[in-house]
Amino acid sequence: MSILVDQNTKLLVQGITGQAGAFHTEKMLEYGTAVVGGVTPGKAGQEVHGVPVFNSVDEARKETGANATVIFVPAKFCYQAIMDAIEAQIELVVAITEGVPTMDMVRIKHRLADSKTRLIGPNCPGLITPGQCKIGIMPGYIHNPGSVAVLSRSGTLTYDAVYQLSEVGFGQSTCIGIGGDPVIGTGFTDVLPMLEADEQTEAIVMIGEIGGTEEDEAAELIKAYIKKPVFSFIAGRMAPKEKRMGHAGAIIAGGKGTAVEKMETLRKAGAIIIDSPADIGKTVKAHLKAPSVA
Amino acid sequence: MKIHEYQAKQMFAAYGIPLQRGVVAKTAEEAKTLYASLKEQVSPNEDFLCNVKAQLHAGGRGKAGGVLVAHSAEEAAEHTKNLVGKILVTHQTGAEGLPVTAVLLDKRMNPEVEMYLAMTIDRFSASPVVLASRTGGMEIEDVAAEDPNAVVSEVFGIIEGPQDDMIDRVAKVLELKEDHQIEDLRKTIKAMWQIFEDADASLIEINPLVLSKEGRLIALDAKVNVDDNALFRHDDIEALRDPTQEDATELKANKLGLSYVGLEGNIGCLVNGAGLAMATNDIIKLSGGEPANFLDVGGGANVEQVTNAFSIILSDDKVKAILVNIFGGIMRCDWIAEGLLKATEKLQVSIPIVVRLQGTNVEEGRNILKQANALNLISVDELGEAARKVVEVANQQGKS
Repeated sequence: MSILVDQNTKLLVQGITGQAGAFHTEKMLEYGTAVVGGVTPGKAGQEVHGVPVFNSVDEARKETGANATVIFVPAKFCYQAIMDAIEAQIELVVAITEGVPTMDMVRIKHRLADSKTRLIGPNCPGLITPGQCKIGIMPGYIHNPGSVAVLSRSGTLTYDAVYQLSEVGFGQSTCIGIGGDPVIGTGFTDVLPMLEADEQTEAIVMIGEIGGTEEDEAAELIKAYIKKPVFSFIAGRMAPKEKRMGHAGAIIAGGKGTAVEKMETLRKAGAIIIDSPADIGKTVKAHLKAPSVA
Repeated sequence: MKIHEYQAKQMFAAYGIPLQRGVVAKTAEEAKTLYASLKEQVSPNEDFLCNVKAQLHAGGRGKAGGVLVAHSAEEAAEHTKNLVGKILVTHQTGAEGLPVTAVLLDKRMNPEVEMYLAMTIDRFSASPVVLASRTGGMEIEDVAAEDPNAVVSEVFGIIEGPQDDMIDRVAKVLELKEDHQIEDLRKTIKAMWQIFEDADASLIEINPLVLSKEGRLIALDAKVNVDDNALFRHDDIEALRDPTQEDATELKANKLGLSYVGLEGNIGCLVNGAGLAMATNDIIKLSGGEPANFLDVGGGANVEQVTNAFSIILSDDKVKAILVNIFGGIMRCDWIAEGLLKATEKLQVSIPIVVRLQGTNVEEGRNILKQANALNLISVDELGEAARKVVEVANQQGKS
């Protein structure tokens, strides 16, 4: 069954005529994602890898029946791109863009509250339901259809986790990079209940990092509500305080949000904590019985 | 991005936050002249004790000898001479300290009560939040550690901004009773929100917030941090940047599009992706080693960026060995391997480099490294094993 995206997803690419947009449009098409249109204001009528380009999200949606969009525009235009997608009532918006100002995201979150749209990201690799639909920049071939969901604030670390899972024979139901920024569209606590309800998902790998309280909120939810096993690795136990570790959101501010605290909170909530990033696949294999193939 | 107290106070003044008037001096001569005019302005007919406050991007100045008291223009000049250019080590600067850029002269107060007031974004609810405590003048983490109920937070909506009923609750927390004090607080909080929106702040902090002898609310200190991601639309704030307050290597790396944070250990790290870079630091520690840096080379990881990354890592003399941990997704491992060879050749890197490649075309990548026959390049397939190996070779280097 999977969550959020599947073979029925019809995708737009905002910023399709840019270098990253065009490159990843090709990769997504190769994976089998139904990319039905692109948007770049002023470039309607062009085609990118056979995908028609429209001037606005609204127009593109009306012409193609798209229900999702992925955003590759530069940070200073990302606010408007997301707002355009919300106004056009696109159900799922995935913002890959890194460097969006926090106040832009605060305003977007306010607008999202009474909209039909779910936003993933920004500053994220996107999401994938293996074998069905890939939206974003992750290497598709490392994924296999299966029963383990992967949720993460990171990019390459997620790929590594997925790679390890595939190596030990566990495929994935849906893998979602929620993004490394302080304010994001969809957090762990939004996705966990969907995964609990998803028939295909049997276990959840949740990769967190320093900064914020996302993992603590997730811990409360796991304790109260999530019956499926949750495996968790938290990156950044070596991170010094008050230093931003690459991601805008990865900062221990005011002494809060350390990796050790988060691991402890999650452990108490019943999650299985993985100490080493090299042991993600191994640990899942040790706890789950035979991998089930979807 | 951080700015100095005096710059934050200039913002406060422009937005009408009540504060102690001060002047900035960079030389002893300036301090001498400014002392006289400041006395004339704020205290012509009574005793005038003048603070000489070191300007640097860190708290804890008082205890570190960065806030001195002058009784005369000569003394103000003397203190300024002693402070400006000096490296001040506070508990927030780390052992290497930060240079004092300038001093801020203002009238010394002896407030009976020191309070705390701040505004930031509550990440989880994605809302602005006011933080307030009756106890201020010390680090708010310490206040909260002692009594978690001592710091109160009030979230508010971005459309309506801070409303009077919320501000009244904050006034109760601060135990402000007089109408004019509550009015001062209203003005202060509303102005803080205006600055927050206008400047794309990430934190505005007044610590301490005090009551003057006349019972008025006054911002005795000021801190404004600005969202780095929003600087593209704030040239005026970018112009306030003081590069002397930032780590030179981090700044250099930043300009090259690399994300770098210096750490204490002897194992250099070159990784693609911030999460994987943090995890690489972690696994080195778990394997008994100490990372020398966090470094995210970014998604591209081309020859130029890898070369830049190596030269940044090698600029740290502590580095005895390097762990390269790359997950090749879109960027294929064979390209990365070729890039690594070119970069290490160009820079004539002689210390051991343990390379762990994973992902697209990984076999080709590993073969390229093997065939290169470079003695100091050690290719290891698995991450845990790579971490153990780099710790081992770093220890050997340390001994030799």
